Amino acid sequence: MFDIQSYMKAGSVDEAVALLAAHPNARLVAGGTDVLIRLRHGSRDFTRLVDIHGLAELRFISLDPLQNIRIGSGTVFTDLAQSDLILRHLPVLADAAGSVGGPQIRNMATIGGNICNGAPSADSAPALFALNALLELKSNRGFRQVPVADFYLGPSVVDLKPGEVLVSIIIPREAYQGYAGHYYKYAMRKAMDIATIGCAVSLKTSGNRLADYRIAYGVAGPTPLRCPSAEKTAVNQMISDTLVSKIAAAVEDDVSPRTSWRATREFRLHIISELARKVTRTALDRVRKE
Amino acid sequence: MATGESIIRHDAVAKVTGRAEYTQDLYKSRMLVAKYLRSTIAHGRVTDIDVSAARSLPGVAAVFTFKDVPRQPFATAGHPMSLDSSHRDVADRRLLTGDIRFMGDEIAVVVAEDELIAGNALKQIRVTCTPFPVLIHPVDILDPNARQIHEGSANRVGEHGWRFGADIESAMDHADHVVEDSFETAMVQHCHLENHVVFAYMDDLDRIVIVTSTQIPHIVRRIVGEALDFPLSRIKVIKPYIGGGFGNKQDVIFEPMAAFLTLHLNGRPVAIHMTREEEMIGTRVRHPFHIRVKTGVMKDGTLAARDVDAIAVTGAYASHGHSVAAAGGGKIGCLYPHTPTRYHAQTLYANLPAAGAMRAYGSPQIMYALECATEDAARAITMDSVEFRLKNIVRQGDIDPLSQKTIHTCGLAECLIRGRDMIGWQSKKKKYAAYKTGPVRRGLGVACFSYASGTYPVCVEIASVRLSLNQDGTVHIMAGATEIGQGSDTVIAQMAAHTLGISHEHVRVIQAQDTDVTPFDTGAYASRQAYVSSNAVFRASVRLKEHILNHAARMTGMHSDLLDIEADHIVASDTRTPVLDLKTLALDTCYHKTRGGQLTAEISHKTTTSAPVFGCTFADIEVDIPLCKITLRQIVNVHDSGIILNPVQARGQVHGGVAMGIGATLSEEFLIDSGTGRVFNGNLLDYKFPTFMDTPPVDADFIETREPSSGYGNKALGEPPVISPPPAIRNALLDATGVPVNRLPITPEVLFKAFTTHGLIRPGRTGHV
Repeated sequence: MFDIQSYMKAGSVDEAVALLAAHPNARLVAGGTDVLIRLRHGSRDFTRLVDIHGLAELRFISLDPLQNIRIGSGTVFTDLAQSDLILRHLPVLADAAGSVGGPQIRNMATIGGNICNGAPSADSAPALFALNALLELKSNRGFRQVPVADFYLGPSVVDLKPGEVLVSIIIPREAYQGYAGHYYKYAMRKAMDIATIGCAVSLKTSGNRLADYRIAYGVAGPTPLRCPSAEKTAVNQMISDTLVSKIAAAVEDDVSPRTSWRATREFRLHIISELARKVTRTALDRVRKE
Repeated sequence: MATGESIIRHDAVAKVTGRAEYTQDLYKSRMLVAKYLRSTIAHGRVTDIDVSAARSLPGVAAVFTFKDVPRQPFATAGHPMSLDSSHRDVADRRLLTGDIRFMGDEIAVVVAEDELIAGNALKQIRVTCTPFPVLIHPVDILDPNARQIHEGSANRVGEHGWRFGADIESAMDHADHVVEDSFETAMVQHCHLENHVVFAYMDDLDRIVIVTSTQIPHIVRRIVGEALDFPLSRIKVIKPYIGGGFGNKQDVIFEPMAAFLTLHLNGRPVAIHMTREEEMIGTRVRHPFHIRVKTGVMKDGTLAARDVDAIAVTGAYASHGHSVAAAGGGKIGCLYPHTPTRYHAQTLYANLPAAGAMRAYGSPQIMYALECATEDAARAITMDSVEFRLKNIVRQGDIDPLSQKTIHTCGLAECLIRGRDMIGWQSKKKKYAAYKTGPVRRGLGVACFSYASGTYPVCVEIASVRLSLNQDGTVHIMAGATEIGQGSDTVIAQMAAHTLGISHEHVRVIQAQDTDVTPFDTGAYASRQAYVSSNAVFRASVRLKEHILNHAARMTGMHSDLLDIEADHIVASDTRTPVLDLKTLALDTCYHKTRGGQLTAEISHKTTTSAPVFGCTFADIEVDIPLCKITLRQIVNVHDSGIILNPVQARGQVHGGVAMGIGATLSEEFLIDSGTGRVFNGNLLDYKFPTFMDTPPVDADFIETREPSSGYGNKALGEPPVISPPPAIRNALLDATGVPVNRLPITPEVLFKAFTTHGLIRPGRTGHV
């Protein structure tokens, strides 16, 4: 039984923006896979809802004229995991989308909700971090764009300002063309689980060298994060087992996992390091296959 | 031949179409809901409680505290009553308590118009407590200065021991090798799909009706009567469809409260349903065990002696008490009857959720330790794990050294040989020799078990059925056996159809039970229902068949000895030609003006045997050392459960049991804060039972012995499949890596620590050997 005080169904993004402006205490709900859980736990923050679930203008995956990939915030994970465009150009995101929950969750949960929820364990976040994704937000003050890495302010805190709706996620052309990638979710079971550690790699090779290398983690710190020192270690280096080991060692300087009853810091660090190795190798294999 | 066929279970269509009505589908108008106020500390005493604000909240019908409920404690375990008062379950529970014994203990209850109001009212209750040190670990619990969680108990619920065979101390002294180790199992939970749910109302001034999701309707009736001091005959318990129990509903947990509330609210319907979070801490769990096993072994592969010492932790309340540790140990003798063995066990209280009955009742814990130790003994003399077991296990005709009864049917050796072939033991042993170094390794493991088909002679084994011939020639059965999903209704119909000569489609067991009319049986537990029911169903079916043939004789003028029933017809027994169809006969029994009458047969039968059952698990696993992960490649379970009545249902039991065993092996455990007694992961996100994706191909097979003590040759199968997967997987891990992990579950973090200790991974240096 949910203690819902008011519920307003938005017919469009503009209407959602107007409803949020008129009802400052209201919160957005899309797939409901996070919001309804909070309501069930008695959260008072989500008792007034503006529903944007199912808005066609938020559910799309497209290439814009500049070859940037645009993903509507209301796109569900099933769509992402099965989209030819995503599978062809953003395999790292397809991996992440396919690892979320189970089929029922993936049919309901949206990528926008996953990001705005702010969880450090969000499966789509490391992939978007590794893709240098931009978020496009709309409010009655207009549009603004923000890099996904800047959107995360702290544990479960994101830079979603009052009255704002996340409209789309943009992967710039230069951030994905010529890149291969992979996301691996390390969890306690193969479905219906929260990541113990999530790791995304996006890389570009030039001959035997790594022309570019981006690596991002979930649950390796208070927010999803990139690994600048590991990336610096990797870029422009000859591809070799030694380099992969160096990267695996370097990520430990970039992360700050903590001990919780779910896992100790030592164990998480070990897995973080092993995932750098595993995910980088898989991404390199994907380059070779192309 | 209705038995032995894979007929579709009789409730399958109702269930998959959503038409089957479970307790929560049934509704009474003006029904109130009750919610518990649960303690937020694990050990303490309530010194003050103020419910006035909660009581005055609009929509609140009543608030009761521990001060308002009957003072006499009662026992909740769903056992048959023992006529010997010294063998009764421990009565240590009241409807509500001011003595807090675990985090989540029930202090007060709010009854309101709906859940939200009840939830708001709970927040208005003010409680003041004196906290006591939390007792969780056996060493603290048994400290002579420790507070007694139940006064006068010394924190022990029970203790016992036995021994059989030659002198153990001298056999150990003379053994070529002695291996000794300690094993730990975790607190796990049943996680049946349907949470506990009950509602009660009064349909007359002096009668209580209880609709409940239970495995034991007749015992619920008795225990509610005891808890409320209310006449049993004025309590009616209705059992609708049940969404699983696995032992958690072999306990009378919320029915007494629901009955108490309706009694105090003028008969108004009151419902209690658990949220999943409450279900996990506030119902029952499996006892965690600490077990030390010492095994003496000879170079020729003979197990020389065994010494087992077990501590079981029952948590805050006795529930099934010491019975679980007693039952678990009691199966050792049937598995290794030739090995002199000593067993000692004690069961302790702790400031933890209460443990009770759970699938296989102590055997998963004891057999895990025993079969890990057996593996270690085999390795000590470098003998093949299967050959070692074949040399030492029970054989048909052996005497159970504990009960002194002859084991009439035993196909365990055949199970091991069949399983060894199914997994490809010999060829994989050779192949996997190349997988003993490097980051990814492979291994094979085996473990076996014995179990029983009921509880006799510890408890009574009674089964009752009432068969009646309907007007159209079909048969309805009212059975005391409680269908909770295990399929007893279907196999009981098959048994009766088999003996009657009627097609199984024309025999139906009435699903819903009502203690006012359902014949007496103690319920679904101990894998007993098909075994004990078989003896009642067989006798009742023979009797009904006699009645039918006698009536046919009257109708046809033929002698009943010359008649038989086949394919829903009365036939001449010599030529098998139809003489009369059953429908014509049935109409005659009801409507002929002078002859006959409704044909019924009712039998209540006490079974005074408990046929041992056997089986084994073979596990083929791959271990990713750097990722600290075990991947199950294949699991084979082979069972001797006597004649298999319905192969597809039997395989379903094996698949379900193996999945449950896999969860206990790799991921399921209550993570408990040792400082506060808080269960960190009391929800289904953080408590990890395996999904479909985590379950490997499971091959189930059966060695069909014909058990003479059963009406249809069948023995128990419901619980056994859960027992041997954990030690088989642990033994496969040992085979793959050389690392013995002697605790359950073997989670990635546990592997990380074990691999670090054994030098297989070196944290901080990012690498592995």
